[in-house]
Amino acid sequence: MSRNDSKYFSTTKKGEIPELKEELNSQYKDKRKDAVKKVIAAMTVGKDVSSLFTDVVNCMQTENLELKKLVYLYLINYAKSQPDLAILAVNTFVKDSQDPNPLIRALAVRTMGCIRVDKITEYLCDPLQRCLKDDDPYVRKTAAICVAKLYDINAELVEDRGFLESLKDLISDNNPMVVANAVAALAEIQDNSSRPIFEITTHTLSKLLTALNECTEWGQVFILDALSRYKAADAREAENIVERVTPRLQHANCAVVLSAVKMILQQMELITSTDVVRNLCKKMAPPLVTLLSAEPEIQYVALRNINLIVQRRPTILAHEIKVFFCKYNDPIYVKMEKLEIMIKLASDRNIDQVLLEFKEYATEVDVDFVRKAVRAIGRCAIKLERAAERCISVLLELIKIKVNYVVQEAIIVIKDIFRRYPNTYESIIATLCESLDTLDEPEAKASMIWIIGEYAERIDNADELLESFLESFPEEPALVQLQLLTATVKLFLKKPTEGPQQMIQVVLNNATMETDNPDLRDRAYIYWRLLSTDPEAAKDVVLAEKPVITDDSNNLDPSLLDELLVNIATLSSVYHKPPEAFVTRTHSSAQKTEDDEYPDGIESESSVNPANGPGSPPTSSYTIPASPPPAAAPVPDLLGDLIGMDNNSIVPLDQPANPSGPPLPVVLPASTGQGLQVSAQLTRRDGQVFYSMLFENNSQVPLDGFMIQFNKNTFGLAAAGPLQVPQLQPGTSTRALLPMVMFQNMSQGPPSSVLQVALKNNQQPVWYFNDKILLHVFFTEDGRMERATFLETWRSLPDSNEVSKDFPAIVIGGVDATVERLAASNIFFIAKRKNANQDVFYFSAKLPRGIPLLVELTTVVGNPGVKCAIKTPSPEMSTFIFEAIETLLRS
Amino acid sequence: MPVAASAVYFLNLRGDVLINRLYRDDVGGNMVDAFRTHIMQTKELGTCPVKQIGGCSFFYMRISNVYIVIVVSTNANVACAFKFVVEAVALFKSYFGGAFDEDAIRNNFVLIYELLDEIMDFGYPQNLSPEILKLYITQEGVRSPFSSKASERPVPNATLQVTGAVGWRREGLVYKKNEVFLDIVESVNLLMSSKGVVLRCDVTGKILMKCFLSGMPDLKLGLNDKIGLEKESQLKSRPTKSGKTIELDDVTFHQCVNLTRFNSEKTVSFVPPDGEFELMKYRITEGVNLPFKVLPTIKELGRTRMEVNVKVKSVFGAKMFALGVVIKIPVPKQTAKTSFTVTSGRAKYNAAIDCLVWKIRKFPGQTEPTLSAEIELISTMTEKKSWTRPPIQMEFQVPMFTASGLRVRFLKVWEKSGYNTVEWVRYITKAGSYEIRC
Repeated sequence: MSRNDSKYFSTTKKGEIPELKEELNSQYKDKRKDAVKKVIAAMTVGKDVSSLFTDVVNCMQTENLELKKLVYLYLINYAKSQPDLAILAVNTFVKDSQDPNPLIRALAVRTMGCIRVDKITEYLCDPLQRCLKDDDPYVRKTAAICVAKLYDINAELVEDRGFLESLKDLISDNNPMVVANAVAALAEIQDNSSRPIFEITTHTLSKLLTALNECTEWGQVFILDALSRYKAADAREAENIVERVTPRLQHANCAVVLSAVKMILQQMELITSTDVVRNLCKKMAPPLVTLLSAEPEIQYVALRNINLIVQRRPTILAHEIKVFFCKYNDPIYVKMEKLEIMIKLASDRNIDQVLLEFKEYATEVDVDFVRKAVRAIGRCAIKLERAAERCISVLLELIKIKVNYVVQEAIIVIKDIFRRYPNTYESIIATLCESLDTLDEPEAKASMIWIIGEYAERIDNADELLESFLESFPEEPALVQLQLLTATVKLFLKKPTEGPQQMIQVVLNNATMETDNPDLRDRAYIYWRLLSTDPEAAKDVVLAEKPVITDDSNNLDPSLLDELLVNIATLSSVYHKPPEAFVTRTHSSAQKTEDDEYPDGIESESSVNPANGPGSPPTSSYTIPASPPPAAAPVPDLLGDLIGMDNNSIVPLDQPANPSGPPLPVVLPASTGQGLQVSAQLTRRDGQVFYSMLFENNSQVPLDGFMIQFNKNTFGLAAAGPLQVPQLQPGTSTRALLPMVMFQNMSQGPPSSVLQVALKNNQQPVWYFNDKILLHVFFTEDGRMERATFLETWRSLPDSNEVSKDFPAIVIGGVDATVERLAASNIFFIAKRKNANQDVFYFSAKLPRGIPLLVELTTVVGNPGVKCAIKTPSPEMSTFIFEAIETLLRS
Repeated sequence: MPVAASAVYFLNLRGDVLINRLYRDDVGGNMVDAFRTHIMQTKELGTCPVKQIGGCSFFYMRISNVYIVIVVSTNANVACAFKFVVEAVALFKSYFGGAFDEDAIRNNFVLIYELLDEIMDFGYPQNLSPEILKLYITQEGVRSPFSSKASERPVPNATLQVTGAVGWRREGLVYKKNEVFLDIVESVNLLMSSKGVVLRCDVTGKILMKCFLSGMPDLKLGLNDKIGLEKESQLKSRPTKSGKTIELDDVTFHQCVNLTRFNSEKTVSFVPPDGEFELMKYRITEGVNLPFKVLPTIKELGRTRMEVNVKVKSVFGAKMFALGVVIKIPVPKQTAKTSFTVTSGRAKYNAAIDCLVWKIRKFPGQTEPTLSAEIELISTMTEKKSWTRPPIQMEFQVPMFTASGLRVRFLKVWEKSGYNTVEWVRYITKAGSYEIRC
């Protein structure tokens, strides 16, 4: 018999909710069950079925376990939105928690813990107390987790009612699964509490280590993770612990293996006997290697962890470098990580093989991978003195292929090799110079210029080479300009002839007069002063011997490494960041609301007055009110968030260097912004929303340290990364493209198209301005509909969802041009029909979260007056939709 | 914290939610939108399986036409999360008979919700063993033959078994005929340079077991591996019989195997789950018998012509044969015309993957068929980059052959009723990633 639940998804008829209501109240059991399934299906696809709350809860009292589970699932999802009605369910919960069937008892406790409504929590205590002492282990293991749930909702209640003690008793339970869940719950509670709650004594330790043998695989993970915090008293105890944990390395579950590795590494720190340590290293290698035959995602997690492990214990995998060779079909993220580990494991013994591999990778297709492979060769050269020569010859071979990005990457690493081994490999400079014209990346250019300057005395035509760069000096990026400046000075000091002398004049002039970059200007002035006062001193300074570099580009700071090793297998070990760096939430529920409203209230005392212009100095001081302000009073939030901004989620940023592109509307005029003028507009590119901004500095001082923050708004728009604006010199301007995310900080209350923005920099007060959100930037690329779908959707929406508006002044001239323009904004043409002398056009679009939007335009082509009718499940947006369509039709 | 998930989403390739289950309150219900806009609709997709967006981290895996996305906001155990997804998918497959795709999910969504409620609580994975779950989660549906038996007589003490020490086998099983099937499946991974030097070679093997045994049997497995044999000879204080011994680099076991006993006594002893399961996995790098050698010569004759000669040599016994041999020989994108001759099997040019695909259905041992091809290329104006040669890839299966040489020496079954069992053993070697650079 084939099951076909998909039928439950397929009802989109009119009046679905009343129909479901009727079915839910049917006298037939099967019909009720089917109706609940339909409700769950609707819930899954994102329809709001919360209005059926009472009817669904009425189905709760049933003998049918399957139906009961479905009702409970519904409750978990909607209880929060209907807290008053949720109380209706309490009776059944309490009754179920005393049911003779242990499955139902456990189900009741499990579900109640997931319903985060204060009123229900009260009633949860008694059943929970009973279930913690239930005869059936299945109920006890569920109750153990439930204590952690309750602690998350109301920590005080848990402590007052003595649940912590009951939970600790469960550690001595005779059932291993109960023990494991109790350990997990206690460990979590401890994590969120500052008081000592779950302390691991030698006694608990040995009990838990024994329980390991009988636990399920997941239980073993809980226990090992909890125990990894245990600090052994001495080397002997550590050895004992390790001995009991090592068998876990043979487990098929990668999480068990990694948790065991974590624990062993922790204890190894204490073990003094080199034999034992060597033996342990030998035992850990094979299981780590085996992780690389798992699914690619697991491989990735394993590789990120191995990267940490080899930094601390390089011997473990010293002989296993071959397993990190990339397979052709490995996903790119696996390849990149393998490469990193190969560099770490490269040694004099295996370097020949490794170089052959790198060379092979350097001819692959993926550009990023190729670059990394080339760079890897250079890093090996720097790391292994005896292999440097071989590495260089491989690099030279690669340069000969003349693939542009390979050449550039090679030059960058060769510069580092020169720094590492001065006066050794300069004979290859001639070969490098051949590729001079092909360099177009700043870093490669800068590297090549550095090489020319550093070895000016050995390159016959060094002056000619440098001169060729000088022509474009003003247009070069800062990185290249700085190198050019220094290289010219070096050349002059080494060959003080006429040619270089002229060059240095040109460069110093350019770098002092023509530039806005203070770094460059300052450096130029220093050189100038040095050269004019004491050329010998200049020689000593500029041509001084440089310290030899080492390759530590990807090695972590030892203390950070320690912290990450404690976190093996967790996110922290994947990001190579300590947990505080990415976990923003503090878990104590008591403070949660406040924390959300004001993450660190710094700057809250700063004096700002958004309405003030440059003429009137800010006078009023704004302080945060004691109670959370309603959404309409946005200022304190903005200030707080400016600094509490999460800087980790940097989204690739496209930032053209020169101001260009279409004009943007001015949002902050120079007269208001003390000379800073900002023009900005939301745009959509490649499926993503950006805030396109133009900054013009008409003030007298350079501006830097720009930060931006958006107030809560109807669409929840927020910056997806920090605003990246370089220092802005007086009289210059720059563009920035800030990626945006939606649904991050939604405001409550009536929808509004106003976007309130706060902008700050290091020199000026915080500026506030309002921008208008034009809805068409949100229309998603997948809004095109089939005709049939369009008709069906149109019919399925009730007439109350249809809104129309007249645009009396708008003329649709060319039909094709209009269709094209709308399509460019993701409003797609569906069909066209004639009605008397009028033309009727149909379009479809899609709002974020898959909300369809259907548009009907009625007009006489060429004559003014367009009637626009729209139909969408969210008609409250209609004002904005009309605005957007009007703008598009007009442009 | 070993928390693995705050929320789990199943999405189809368009990003529609098929299933969503929130386990914790710390992530919002709209997180899936962030995933859609910042990962699915961008070039990010597939570049990294762990990604941070705002305050939340996303782990995702694609399985056929479904994305399974896990969202967390704490420092969760990623290894645990991914393993949970892998095991959950295996569980769903066992419930609805094989396929796991968008249709199967839609057709079984009620069952999936029920299972998700059972296998994870507050973000902590619970028991995921199909055999046990099938005792009390008994939705009708497409079922495997084992579970249909289970539903005939509901087991009253299901809860004890879920949490029991042998959490993978139920009590009171009765079979008329007690049988055990052992399948030793090995995949050979090879990376060979164009000059025929083995750069990397290993065998990953697994022992799949199918048990139809009554009661609560204790099993003990003996292999011809070095450590096990040494231990045995020590115990019996006599030298082992001559014959090849295998050195296993690493072994991992199903959770039913007593690891402590393996560590101390080097014996593989266990109470097996009922039906089919993966008993152990192993890895071998030394002394691998490669079943095939491939000798390619590729000559680029000027800009528009290439000559390809590939000789494949089977090096296993003449009485054996390989099945389903496929050799994929890469050619440049701008290939215009190909002509070739093969001494065995069939070959054709597949433009979609830019390969000559040479198939030989039955490939006897100790033979060496060849393919020789001439390829004409369209001369292109843009000559930015020379053709980077991807490796030749090979697929095959060789029954009754183990690349590692592993053999099962004994399988002892002990049960208190003392019945007799019939054991069946099969061997097969498959190609893992069998690549030859050219």
